[in-house]
Amino acid sequence: MSAGTTKLNVTVTDVVTVNELVKRFHFERTDGGDLPTFSGGAHVVVEMRDGDKSRLNPYSLMSSPHNTRDYTISVRRDDSGRGGSLFMHNRVKRGMEMVISYPVNLFSLDLRAKKHLLVAGGIGITPFMAQTAQLAGEGGNFELHYTCRTPALGTYADVLRDRYGKRVNVYYDDANERLPLERLLTSQPLGTHLYVCGPAGMIRWVRETAAAHGWPDETVHYEHFAAPQPGLPFDVTLALSKKQIHVGEEQSLLEAMEAAGIDPPYLCRGGVCGQCETNVVSYDGTFRHNDHWLTEAEHCSGKKIMPCVSRFEGKSLVLER
Amino acid sequence: MGINFRQETFRDDYTFRNSPEFVRRFPFPFHEDAYMYAVNIEPHVQGPKGTVFENLIDVDEHYVSEMRDRAIVLAEDPLRCQSLPHMTLAGWDLLELLMTEKANSYPDHFSLTREGDRWRWINRPLGIDDTFTFGDLSTLPYGPMEYITRQSQGDFCILDQRDGNLWMDAGMVTTQADWSLDFDIGMNFFEWHAPVPLAHEKGIFTRALKFLTNIQQGKPARRLNWTMTINPRLDTSPENYHKWGTDRATVTPENVGDKVHLRVELQSFWRLPRSNALVFPIRCYLIKMDELVTVSKWARRFHRVLRDLPIELAEYKGLTRYRPTVIEWLSKYDDGAPTSPGFAPD
Repeated sequence: MSAGTTKLNVTVTDVVTVNELVKRFHFERTDGGDLPTFSGGAHVVVEMRDGDKSRLNPYSLMSSPHNTRDYTISVRRDDSGRGGSLFMHNRVKRGMEMVISYPVNLFSLDLRAKKHLLVAGGIGITPFMAQTAQLAGEGGNFELHYTCRTPALGTYADVLRDRYGKRVNVYYDDANERLPLERLLTSQPLGTHLYVCGPAGMIRWVRETAAAHGWPDETVHYEHFAAPQPGLPFDVTLALSKKQIHVGEEQSLLEAMEAAGIDPPYLCRGGVCGQCETNVVSYDGTFRHNDHWLTEAEHCSGKKIMPCVSRFEGKSLVLER
Repeated sequence: MGINFRQETFRDDYTFRNSPEFVRRFPFPFHEDAYMYAVNIEPHVQGPKGTVFENLIDVDEHYVSEMRDRAIVLAEDPLRCQSLPHMTLAGWDLLELLMTEKANSYPDHFSLTREGDRWRWINRPLGIDDTFTFGDLSTLPYGPMEYITRQSQGDFCILDQRDGNLWMDAGMVTTQADWSLDFDIGMNFFEWHAPVPLAHEKGIFTRALKFLTNIQQGKPARRLNWTMTINPRLDTSPENYHKWGTDRATVTPENVGDKVHLRVELQSFWRLPRSNALVFPIRCYLIKMDELVTVSKWARRFHRVLRDLPIELAEYKGLTRYRPTVIEWLSKYDDGAPTSPGFAPD
């Protein structure tokens, strides 16, 4: 039995332009029923059917977990990406029917925490929208620190300030404001848990600084969805199903397998959950590992690949699928 | 369709027994004539009518009497029900799950009316009609987990998921096969399974944990486990070992049929939505040897399973002392004929 999620048929009930880079999408169940309750930090995988191409991208739910009428996500346009965010921005309109997965939470709050210290960068704010709603509803103790480029791109900064007042601190790059990370990490009460979501460089900085100041690993949580990156096309032999597949420039290896009728299990499609881990039978070339699941030793071993985000360049690649 | 709830006991005079139709729906756990560990997990989906899988949360003829037995255990030992402070939200999740499933599956016996956070719960078999505010502890007589599990057959373990592991941080455990919630509370998956023989070496727990931590909302899973119990006693806990341990020395060829029970646990695994915790309902089903042998396939097969069981497993399950007597008794019902594959009676 493979893990996986149930699908939900939803209708887009609203598309809202938040700023020049971000749009918000509202979904309700097409059959009019309630959506499943979820926990702050959960994501859904949105299926995008674009002619004969199909893309499945994970997006954090940002609505209140207590709201089962509609789900909302926010999508930042990535002009150099594989086209998932462009599809959402340019093609998805109110009234469209789409398929999304049940919520999956790989970035859960640790409910033992005496205090939750939330650090967001850019569009990494979205899971915290839901988490702060959950914590506020339960009288939880939290503090949010949010860095963004400019006030115009400070997605939901105003909403969060209105909701939570002084518990929200925003830092704008263009005003040369800096997140006082060292001070924050050295002045928290015992029992505080730290959560970070944002660009890879920021996550690394926060984790390394926390480690340097003696924060135990178990108290540092991060959400690290790497969107699959485009790259050179490559060919793959699937040994078990005896198929040859071609992975296009803007396709992920996982998507190419799915297009060929192979369905490896998945949850995050972002290189963190480990579900689609695939054994390598043989190869002649170089792996482009982009995941956060395999260890460095496994990356070097040439024995495993995470097809949701990782790629390959070279003469031949045979996988156990 | 109404269930005819039996009035019976699981202690003292032990009047528990199964009606003939409940013998046929017993979750017999052996699909072949031998038993060894396996990660025998399958999707927890509804099964055929007349099986314990007909509804995802099964209520049967023993319901009212089992709840009475639970209340006795709790009155003597309140530590059978514990919830660490961060698990209250998961308790509300469990309350919602059990109320919703019961009301949908057994509308004659249970009903749930929700108006926003104002909920009315009617449990006719137990004579309960309560209105409360979902999420507000002050509106229920117990915490949410204790409230609903005093009205639900089976033990319940609620596991917090963090650091890539599962932690036994809340539970209601009064019908267990010789393990203690009070001892295990706060332990992780490997710690509380530490006493199980053979399975660690086979890597079973590592694989099982990987599977369980990936269980998603709306996709519960299940497995069966089994042991044996002398007298139909639900509370075979370490805390009360002095009350039941010696029963194992009382088995004679004359009383096997009435005294010896196959004890099957239907364990199911569910992701809880608000807390992202997992709940394991562990439902205990008992069947007397006299009842079991009314299904000839089960009689043949259980004889073979028990006879060929590895010694480590027999010891771990506490069967060593009376196993030969039971095998001898069962052998009368095994003519050596082949058995059909699968669990169901022929």
